[in-house]
Amino acid sequence: MTLAYDDVVTRYEPVIGLETHVELGTVSKMFCGCSTEFGAEPNTHTCPVCLGLPGALPVVNEVAIESTIRIGLALNCSIAPWSRFARKNYFYPDMPKNYQISQYDEPICVDGYLDVDVEGTTYRVGIERVHMEEDTGKNTHVGGATGRIHGAEYSLVDFNRAGIPLIEIVTKPVPGTGALAPDVAKAYVTELRNILRTLGVSDVRMEQGSLRCDVNTSLNAPGATEWGTRTETKNVNSLRSVERAVRSEMIRQAAVLDAGERVFQETRHFNESTGDTRPGRSKEEATDYRYFPEPDLVPVAPDAAWIERLRTGLPELPAARRVRLRDSLGVSAEDMQQMTNAGVVDLVAATVEAGAAVGEARNWWLGYLVQEANSREIEAAELPIAPEQVARLVVLVADGTLSVALARQVVDGVLQTGADVDAVIAERGLQRVSDTAALEKAADEAIAANPDVADKVRGGKVPAVGALVGAVMKATRGQADAAAVRAILLDRLGVSE
Amino acid sequence: MTDLTRRTAAETAAAVASGEVSAVEVAQAHLDRIAEVDGQVHAFLHVDTDGALAAAKAVDEKIAAGEELSPLAGVPLAMKDVVVTKGLPTTAGSKIHEGWRPPYDATITRRIKDAGIVMLGKTNMDEFAMGSSTENSAYGPSHNPWDLGRIPGGSSGGSSAAVAAFEAPLSIGTDTGGSVRQPAAVTGIVGHKPTYGAVSRNGLIAFSSSLDQAGPFGRTVLDAALLHEVIAGHDPADSTSIRGPVAPVVAAAREGARGDLTGVRIGVVRELGGEGYQPGVLASFEAAVETLRGLGADIREVSCPHFGYALAAYYLIAPSEASSNLARFDGVRYGLRVGDDGVNSLEDVMSLTREAGFGAEVKRRIMIGTYALSSGYYEAYYGQAQKVRTLISRDFAAAFEQVDVLVSPSSPFVAFGIGERIDDPMAMYINDLCTLPASLAGTPAISVPSGLSEGLPVGLQIMAPALADERCYRVGAAFEAAVEPLVVPRLVGVTR
Repeated sequence: MTLAYDDVVTRYEPVIGLETHVELGTVSKMFCGCSTEFGAEPNTHTCPVCLGLPGALPVVNEVAIESTIRIGLALNCSIAPWSRFARKNYFYPDMPKNYQISQYDEPICVDGYLDVDVEGTTYRVGIERVHMEEDTGKNTHVGGATGRIHGAEYSLVDFNRAGIPLIEIVTKPVPGTGALAPDVAKAYVTELRNILRTLGVSDVRMEQGSLRCDVNTSLNAPGATEWGTRTETKNVNSLRSVERAVRSEMIRQAAVLDAGERVFQETRHFNESTGDTRPGRSKEEATDYRYFPEPDLVPVAPDAAWIERLRTGLPELPAARRVRLRDSLGVSAEDMQQMTNAGVVDLVAATVEAGAAVGEARNWWLGYLVQEANSREIEAAELPIAPEQVARLVVLVADGTLSVALARQVVDGVLQTGADVDAVIAERGLQRVSDTAALEKAADEAIAANPDVADKVRGGKVPAVGALVGAVMKATRGQADAAAVRAILLDRLGVSE
Repeated sequence: MTDLTRRTAAETAAAVASGEVSAVEVAQAHLDRIAEVDGQVHAFLHVDTDGALAAAKAVDEKIAAGEELSPLAGVPLAMKDVVVTKGLPTTAGSKIHEGWRPPYDATITRRIKDAGIVMLGKTNMDEFAMGSSTENSAYGPSHNPWDLGRIPGGSSGGSSAAVAAFEAPLSIGTDTGGSVRQPAAVTGIVGHKPTYGAVSRNGLIAFSSSLDQAGPFGRTVLDAALLHEVIAGHDPADSTSIRGPVAPVVAAAREGARGDLTGVRIGVVRELGGEGYQPGVLASFEAAVETLRGLGADIREVSCPHFGYALAAYYLIAPSEASSNLARFDGVRYGLRVGDDGVNSLEDVMSLTREAGFGAEVKRRIMIGTYALSSGYYEAYYGQAQKVRTLISRDFAAAFEQVDVLVSPSSPFVAFGIGERIDDPMAMYINDLCTLPASLAGTPAISVPSGLSEGLPVGLQIMAPALADERCYRVGAAFEAAVEPLVVPRLVGVTR
């Protein structure tokens, strides 16, 4: 029987932790000059280095180091004056050298934090480390029922992804979030994504795998002096899944503990369609990765002056920006949070800058435009409409030139054609009809065409006038002001409200 | 006509440049020599007749066009098979890599080609450079031209044998724990291990990344110096490559050849000699020290107390790195694949491939290295060995505050008989006793012939501080000028 979440959190205290992998948006790979472009023909972005050919040597991508340091600085980390790469040894065919160049006990950034706001409370998520490593290739197992290597007829390996710079950001365990643990987890990944986007170091697309998240969850039994055993949930590929994965794992573990059993430390996989977690394939029970310092690379020793230059060169980070914009725009913290989550803060600010009222700018971006972006599966910022164009719409609605409905049609036109707002209005004849004579004529025609309705209204059933308003709006292709039409109709029918 | 194969590289380069002989004639003479003797020596795994003649022809065309030539243009060279050569088989002496033709050139291959040096082919070696005799080659041992029943040293034994047997005036070896110096010593030629990072490792099939260093073989110190300057220099493709100018080794060799070492302080390392060394080796070494004294050098005894731990440290560090470096040979992407029958699992195919493809010594070292790196043992083995390495570097640093170079025998033994030590790893490993300290410290060292013991060559090792390779060449050339040249190997006399 599935426990109720509320019941779980009254009896157990969750501790969460997150490991996030971010593919950096560098032009070339971590240790060679090959392109990192997504979606190319298999094995076309490869060379002796990323194929692990005998004799080939890695050379560190300086831009990747710079990006990692900037991430560390944005997460309030200390930047190690000296750090090293290590080899993580294990055999797997997606790994050309059968070892992964990573960082082990000497990561480049350590001991930072990220504050996230959930329901008015600020939670400080400690950052254990930020380190660099290389991505693996991608296996495709053909034949067999599971799509896994066991049972497959044959497997294909694409090394285009092998060697793409990956950053791993590991939090410290986060206790004390109670019932909000799933929300804090989600808020953390959301805020981290915003920071990475602001830094411009990654395109942070969870669906393309450029941001991947593993979620650690454990429950403390009541009165426990030590934290419970944690599980690591992988395959968490969206912000919503982060929240769902924590929640479902809390409920599952509570049931295990209630039954007097113990939670196994294991890797579990999140299932997007069922929303629950399943035990992962238990590969190599106790893998010994035989880490040792990578002898092909020299230590990374960024000098203090360079770190300071990178620190002063950081852009305004989302939290500071939110405070500043909240103050200058005069919106609520909750609104700000919503706009942040939707990725439209900058768009709203720019729209306001271009002359729109704050409320209208917010409504457009959080409403119609985000829906449009979602239906196209792109970010709002990627819509082919500029904040200036939205501002122009807001102005035209405010001065009565357009109704909101008309304005949406204009938006559709802009999105379809890329043309300017005024051009779309002119071309499609979308101005509001404000010619009273024309509206009176249309009203008379509507009354003549619907005598029954007209009689009802005359007989005192004023709300029935709506049908006539609709008819007039239809006749004017939605370009009339509905309130004005209604007034004209009531006047014609000799009814007053 | 003088036999073109008897000339030094410097003489050949001058003769080609002056038009006295064509590069094609020189190449052909060496190819003929290979055809004549390599059946007995087995220095080569692959002879690239067409490529060599084409490269020689290109040099002759440059001369005809009046273009400027680099100092070794038209001189033939034998390349150790651990160095990647585009389109030419590169096996590293292993079955697991049989038939692989690399799609790229190592940096040193590229530099050698660009210098107009004529690459004759690829030479035999202990599998993955693990060994001191070439007996660990999957393709059978090479033979010492001084006595075909004996080993030519290793792992670069094919390269040393080729030069000693006049199959090539120059060759490339790689030295991880002594694999250039020990073969040079036992075949009576010159071999230098440069400062770690002086020569790019890009395109060297890695054995132990923190130790591997390619170096030149020649029959004279000047020849080795000329080749050193071709292959050395910063390479952006190797992160451990040293930025900065190449050590002026050719000038140092010429300076040394004048035979004056007045004011040069030379340290005799107390720990590299005595018990366990063959008497003939020690006698040759003592005579060499006296020769150096006679050249005006200030001879002192110095102590390097941690050198005695070099062997133990080396046989943890090198196998550890090798266990990781050799992981890529799994049958998935290139080389041998065994057991891919549609039933065996991926892991099975990897295991069967490695079981069939690697020889016994390689497997031994992979196992030692895997163990030394494993969780719970890392600190006691790999970690401790790295500390010893630091102590050895400090011994060198302290010694070089007192002296300019250090000397020792290059190996405790002369060439031993094929098959004599192959079943006893420790007996094999101690061949490198003298060469291991400089390998672990990353410092340069040269081996020059110091004479014969019972008709077999003995080598003198000269060690210098990091980045001071020129000192090895200067002292080596002075010594070379002061001693009788070795008689030519028996093989040469027998077959001529």
